[in-house]
Amino acid sequence: MLFGFEWDLSSPLAFAISIMPILLTGMLVTIQAAVLGFAVALVLGLVWAVLKSAPIRLIAWPATVITEFIRDTPLLVQLFFLYYVLPEYGIILPAFMTGALALGIQYSAYTAEVYRAGLQAVPADQHEAARALNLSTARTFTHIVVPQAIPRIVPAMGNYLVSIMKDVPVLSVVTVLEMLNVAKIVGDRTFDYLIPLSLVGGLYLIMTLVASAGVRLLDDWLPKQGIPLK
Amino acid sequence: MTWTDYIPPLLEGAWVTVQLTLYSTVLGAVLAFVFGIGKLSPNWAFKAVSVAYIELFRGTSLLVQLFWLYFALPMAGMAMGIDLRLPPVLAGVLALGLNIGAYGAEVVRGAIAAVHQDQHEAARALNFSPRQTLWTIVIPQAIPEMMPSFGNLAVQNLKDTALVSLISLGDLTFRAEQIRNFTQDSTTIYSMLLVMYFAMALVVTVIMRGLERYASRWRTARS
Repeated sequence: MLFGFEWDLSSPLAFAISIMPILLTGMLVTIQAAVLGFAVALVLGLVWAVLKSAPIRLIAWPATVITEFIRDTPLLVQLFFLYYVLPEYGIILPAFMTGALALGIQYSAYTAEVYRAGLQAVPADQHEAARALNLSTARTFTHIVVPQAIPRIVPAMGNYLVSIMKDVPVLSVVTVLEMLNVAKIVGDRTFDYLIPLSLVGGLYLIMTLVASAGVRLLDDWLPKQGIPLK
Repeated sequence: MTWTDYIPPLLEGAWVTVQLTLYSTVLGAVLAFVFGIGKLSPNWAFKAVSVAYIELFRGTSLLVQLFWLYFALPMAGMAMGIDLRLPPVLAGVLALGLNIGAYGAEVVRGAIAAVHQDQHEAARALNFSPRQTLWTIVIPQAIPEMMPSFGNLAVQNLKDTALVSLISLGDLTFRAEQIRNFTQDSTTIYSMLLVMYFAMALVVTVIMRGLERYASRWRTARS
């Protein structure tokens, strides 16, 4: 029994059906962790992108090194680091929060690049035209550059959300009860790993296919010329 | 124990990580070419298998694949009366290689599709067979296009090897965990671990840059 749901070992099919509610409970945690991690990645990535493009080299250079370091080290090790080292400095977070933070930090190095590429893809003419029209830097950004960058940034971010979803099972090592961990526990208790783990694979396939289709729809729906922010 | 005492066991683990990375990257590269070409093949059976492979391994999580190969596959084998128990090394290399191969296959497909249509027409005009066109005209031009993405995937693969520590394979992360359980010195060990992975990733990047230069050596100008 797990989460109050009893499993039925009378036949493989009955077993599969009886553990579905358990796996779906785990799936909910997977989605929550992915969304929270994604939110952290969006915010932190923007911070990195701003710091990296700072005109002062003393700011830009360390930011580049840090993001490179984050990008080139495994999520699992970063997660261990956060989970075991932070408490030594008095920062005690629940496992779920630590996991979402680790996901967010890892992916912030990637989202920073998306922001940078999206903003750079806006032609220089646009900046020049805004300048010729005597728009302030702030207005140039909020009314000219960002609206045109959004259609380029959003689909790429959507793809990273799908990637984050696929990395959530790593959080199982710090006892987060996401879908894979739940399936593993069911397997440990019933000595049947084949059905729970195969179901998790199938559910993952459905989740990523749905999410990818969502990203494609979003991409089609976004106006290619940009979104006015008014 | 001081931090210098951690170095020998960590290096032992690092060697396992290096081997895993090497084997799974080579396996992944082979799979990438087979199924990347397969996805563009006119043969529908080959194409269907390629699409199914790519979707299956890109659509599910690497850790799920690893656990499935290590925990679930032996049971599937038992049901069929075959012994499919894989040693951890084999399960690790297979899962990593199959996973990265699916991502690589999309890169191969993209690069082959990006070769200009004129090249196909010129090859046809010169009476090249489809096979000759593929191997002597299209692929040599597509490889330089693939190399930057392959470089990223190789680093990705190195990072992913850390997951094999979860099926009790004695890689770098596994060794670090062992030392931590013994000494409780989390900060030092995990800092060293992060630095070692970073150093290895830099080496992989340098190697892949070298391969990229080698693959595009005949290119005179960017077209």
